[in-house]
Amino acid sequence: MNLILVFEQLLNGVQFGVMLFLMAAGLTLVFGIMNLVNLAHGSLYMVGAYLMVAAAQWTGSYLAGVALGLLGTLGVGMLTEVIALRTLYERDHLDQVLATFGLILFFNELVAIVWGRTALYTSLPAWLQGHLEIIPGSIYPVYRAVVIGVGLAVGAALWYVVARTRLGMLIRAGASNRTMVAALGVNIRLLYTVVFGFGAALAGLAGLMAGPIYAVQPGMGELILIQVFVVIVIGGIGSIRGALVGALVVGIVDTLGRAFLKPLLGHFISPPAAEAAGPALASMLIYLLMAVVLAVRPEGLFPAKSG
Amino acid sequence: MRTPIRMLAAGLAAASLAFAPLASAQQKIKIGFITTLSGPAGVIGKHMKDSVELALDHLGHKMSGVPVEVIFGDDQFKPDVGVQVAEEMLKKHHVDIMSGIIWSHVMMAVVPVVTGAGKVMVGTNAGASPLAGKACNPQYFSTSWNNDQTPEAMGKFMQEQGINDVYVMAPNYQAGKDMVAGFKRFYKGRIVEEIFTKPGQQDYQAEITQLRSKNPKATFVFYPGGMGIQFVKQYVQAGLRERIPLYSVFTVDETTLPALKESALGQYETKFWSPDLNVPASKRFVADFEKKYGYTPSFYGAQSYDGMMLIDSAVRLNKGSLADTKAVVMAMRKADYDSIRGPFKWNVNQHPIEDFYLLRAEKGRDGKVEMRIQKKVFDDHKDAYYQDCHMAW
Repeated sequence: MNLILVFEQLLNGVQFGVMLFLMAAGLTLVFGIMNLVNLAHGSLYMVGAYLMVAAAQWTGSYLAGVALGLLGTLGVGMLTEVIALRTLYERDHLDQVLATFGLILFFNELVAIVWGRTALYTSLPAWLQGHLEIIPGSIYPVYRAVVIGVGLAVGAALWYVVARTRLGMLIRAGASNRTMVAALGVNIRLLYTVVFGFGAALAGLAGLMAGPIYAVQPGMGELILIQVFVVIVIGGIGSIRGALVGALVVGIVDTLGRAFLKPLLGHFISPPAAEAAGPALASMLIYLLMAVVLAVRPEGLFPAKSG
Repeated sequence: MRTPIRMLAAGLAAASLAFAPLASAQQKIKIGFITTLSGPAGVIGKHMKDSVELALDHLGHKMSGVPVEVIFGDDQFKPDVGVQVAEEMLKKHHVDIMSGIIWSHVMMAVVPVVTGAGKVMVGTNAGASPLAGKACNPQYFSTSWNNDQTPEAMGKFMQEQGINDVYVMAPNYQAGKDMVAGFKRFYKGRIVEEIFTKPGQQDYQAEITQLRSKNPKATFVFYPGGMGIQFVKQYVQAGLRERIPLYSVFTVDETTLPALKESALGQYETKFWSPDLNVPASKRFVADFEKKYGYTPSFYGAQSYDGMMLIDSAVRLNKGSLADTKAVVMAMRKADYDSIRGPFKWNVNQHPIEDFYLLRAEKGRDGKVEMRIQKKVFDDHKDAYYQDCHMAW
């Protein structure tokens, strides 16, 4: 287990974490501010990937595809909020879970009707293929490095918006006391629509970045959604900072577990036992982590301050 | 009052005369076909359903002159749903025979329901080992294979090539372990490492980094469906396609090629069938399928088409009826039809004895990436479990 390998796996973990963060940021914002459990967040991730592929094919340009994919998901998100989710804010969480689960089925079928059930073909533009040599002897795919860069930049921008701008101030105020904000003359309905669209666009961004490396197929969003829920539970529901830390922790723990747990176990128990226990334990690792965090800090690592 | 009674009697006599020639044949043959039509695996179900419908077209929607109706059911990839659908077909729709099913665990749950109702099941994909061995049943036929056979073919090929230092990867569930076991039954060279990943995993970058650091001579994987698309894409993006050849089973086929295209070029697979197989029944199936649906059929479809033709042969031998299950089993055993794999032979466990080929993803005439047969790996290959099956023939 040399150091270069550990470094590469750390990078892989950060890259996976960044993808989780983009998903978790939107989910945690919506949950923290609007008190809405949105199971259909994964569907917006899927919509982002599909719109990007379709737009890139239509325009013939990867960047145009990215831009249209982002805008499209923003639009789909806001539309969903206005049509379907508005009525759910006052209902309890079980109703929200049922309704948004229905949205998952709706979006999966819609995508299957429009694009068919076969996974779509995706590819990278030439300038995103190839490899970087970050430290001598270690090569890393350019595209994954770009994903890390974009994710961290979005994280910084998000922090700036929430902490330093008027919109962010309203968002924070809406999270702590929505009646008071409405009483002060702020259009809280519009604010919610904007926040939801924002979260949708972040999910869409994660989806369209996932397109070239994962399979773009109906139901692709549900596979990542469970891990995203783990992230926001660990990070603290409603907290962007928590989502970032939680996502990086989950990404790194999961990746290192998959890479090194089996050889590591081999030092302590017999090889056949390690053979069986390694993969099983590696796939449980993030859930064990979540259980520990819940036991020690039931509110998560960075609980959002709300009244 | 005398006239109406006489009329009634005359009517009855006429009616009995009219129905007399049909006494042995049924009025309609009903076939229940279960597959997965929703979720990410729905694409496989679509291939199977389209193939069944093409088979009906070829049969003129009649078997031995009797109209045929196929009722499709969606198992949603879940054994309990599969059982529910099967019971509905048997009790509500009164189907005469059942067919289909992609997944071994669904098949294991559904077979007892079908045989318990006294009907025959014609499996057209799932290759659960118990059903080929100890749990074999006269009322269960398969037009596909046993799970182990395809990786056995790849193991034999790689053994013959003298390839050493193979890195083995599969999802961590029963089928994954079966595939690796089948591979190792014929591959006796050095295995660098065996890695089992989480079922449904999307990102393989961590595993690919580990693989690269071990510098194996070849990689053997089993990643069906979306997992395969993801693994192959990421393997190519890591720059490993040219450095470490990738051999696989059930990973690259006509359901995943449209999403992979150039990324699949150079991939090796083993299979009992390929769209370019030079067999008249197969060529007709492929040509008409492409004409009707505008895409290339997969082995999932070929097996399902074959299942319908097998059922048709049994109906023909029984003169338009599937009512007598014993007679149906005896007729099926004759396999008196033109299979898409060429001459058809049953093993004692009612699984086919068949050839296996090495396939490679290559660029076709129209620039499309397609699977092409390179050579025959196995002649008349029998599965590893038939000796455990004690069935009287």
